[in-house]
Amino acid sequence: MKIKNFILVVLVGLGLILPGQIKADQKMLQVKGSDTMVNLVNVLVEEFMERNPKVQLAILGGGSGTGIAALINGTCDIANHSRPIKEKELMMAQERGLRIRTFIIAIDGLSVIVNAHNPVEKLTLSQIGAIFRGEITNWKEVGGQDLPITLYGRQSNSGTYVFFQEHVLGNKNYSPKMNRMNGNAQIVEAVSRDKSGIGYVGVGYVVNEKGEVFSGLKVLKVSNSLDEMAYSPLNKKDVEDGLYPIVRPLFQSTIGKPTGLIRKFIEFEIGPEGQEIVSREGFFPIGKKQQELNAKNLEN
Amino acid sequence: MKILKKKRITRFKEALIQTFFMTNATLAVMILVGIFILLAWSAIPAFKEINFVKFMTGVNWDPTSPVKEEYGILSMVVSTFMVTFGALVIAIPIGIGVAAYLSDVAHPRTREIIKPVIELLAGIPSVVVGFLGIVLFGPLIAHLFHLPNGLNALNGSVLLAIMALPTIISISEDSLKAVPRSYQEASLALGASRWETLVRIKIPAALSGIIASIMLGMGRAIGETMTVLMATGNAPAFPHGFLSSIRTMTATIAIELGEVPYYTTHYYALFGVGLVLFIITFLVNLSADLILHRYQEREQ
Repeated sequence: MKIKNFILVVLVGLGLILPGQIKADQKMLQVKGSDTMVNLVNVLVEEFMERNPKVQLAILGGGSGTGIAALINGTCDIANHSRPIKEKELMMAQERGLRIRTFIIAIDGLSVIVNAHNPVEKLTLSQIGAIFRGEITNWKEVGGQDLPITLYGRQSNSGTYVFFQEHVLGNKNYSPKMNRMNGNAQIVEAVSRDKSGIGYVGVGYVVNEKGEVFSGLKVLKVSNSLDEMAYSPLNKKDVEDGLYPIVRPLFQSTIGKPTGLIRKFIEFEIGPEGQEIVSREGFFPIGKKQQELNAKNLEN
Repeated sequence: MKILKKKRITRFKEALIQTFFMTNATLAVMILVGIFILLAWSAIPAFKEINFVKFMTGVNWDPTSPVKEEYGILSMVVSTFMVTFGALVIAIPIGIGVAAYLSDVAHPRTREIIKPVIELLAGIPSVVVGFLGIVLFGPLIAHLFHLPNGLNALNGSVLLAIMALPTIISISEDSLKAVPRSYQEASLALGASRWETLVRIKIPAALSGIIASIMLGMGRAIGETMTVLMATGNAPAFPHGFLSSIRTMTATIAIELGEVPYYTTHYYALFGVGLVLFIITFLVNLSADLILHRYQEREQ
């Protein structure tokens, strides 16, 4: 009985102390949005917090649309998004008298992945588009085995879903047979188990820390047309030179001109230290043009 | 004098307690009615822009399509009924079998161990069941049917059967137990075997309880979200059979409600799906209740 009482007292005591401690700290900054960017921003935040020990940042996924909606609704401080902000969303912000500022923090090569047992090595952009629109349904039509294609894509709240639809599907509908997966990791998992699978994920999700492609996966080379060279998103130089066709900027947005901690964090991300982390995580550093754009948005 | 005063206080206390419990009971009813009104209220604006007949009978659901937005829920309604039906086909024979075993065959000590364990099964979080579907049943089904992957309606059915089993077994066993002993004794005295007594006398006598348990299990299966979301692949195409990927009504709401811009047709349409789902589960639960009620009346 006595021991029980003691445990009870300790538990109650902890319950009283813990919330107090959290309160005592500074306000926590919320970063929310793109699932593609969660891992990258997580590492950026960790390194930033190591340099600024008193700072607290929390990162959440949910998809680009979710992040932008949260930014407009005032429930997060920075929105991660892997697609540009839509006209509709800008209008919504304007209605509430908010001005959104957008920064580009990294470049992402979107990789098209298949199972390691699939003999297909490369596809053209239009072939990939036709596959995901459901027009090509068997691997033999693109030089593979006689095997029906199983499609793995993201859900419609994903920036990757929208980007891929616009840039690869030619703004047409996805095949209704595409399996809508919850995140990049799930697509990687599914394709590595499925011999007939094809999927698209951020390039940061197909390689481990050492830069090797995960077992069971193959990253396809992509070309603009049949008689052009096909390039792999794993080859950094090809992506940075703009030869790999499926690339997109990764954005962060704030309400109004960033100040204080938010500004410090964004400056860290787009600075040399942050960009080194970006390439270490399998993404690509931003070029001169984007740097200038960022600088402009940080000022005036 | 003192006694009288005490009596008055007691009476006052009684009245207070009575009011308190009545408020609680009314509150539950009010919450139910409130949810229904809220759902209907949020769903009605959708039908300003969507034809109601098209909504109910359309096969394509693609509200974010860049070509033409489509709001047809037939595919997901059929998908929902498919997994539910599949789950019942698996769960009913097993459920009644186990219930009969527990009530008639098992040693009391065995029963005392098995029944609580089965009831504990109901407490497994649906995410965990869904995870089982991804790592265990999915690959198993893929292997058995020579499919490239196991994310399909069959997988969902198996998992939902597991989730419906505790309800079916527990209530069926209770109603088998409630069959008056005299029935059984009379049957045995007339020379019927134990098997004949069980199948011809006890199960028919307990039938309304068993049917109610099945309806309750079905109600759970229809409304289940996380498990089917994880295990069925979420392809919105019209299902061709138990081996094709499907997306249920619950999964559609769960996937899309998080990102949908508020107060748009898409937003209202999702509430429309919710309303249809609510009406279906309401009817299922109501019929379960009516059957149980009849059963209890007859017992008296």
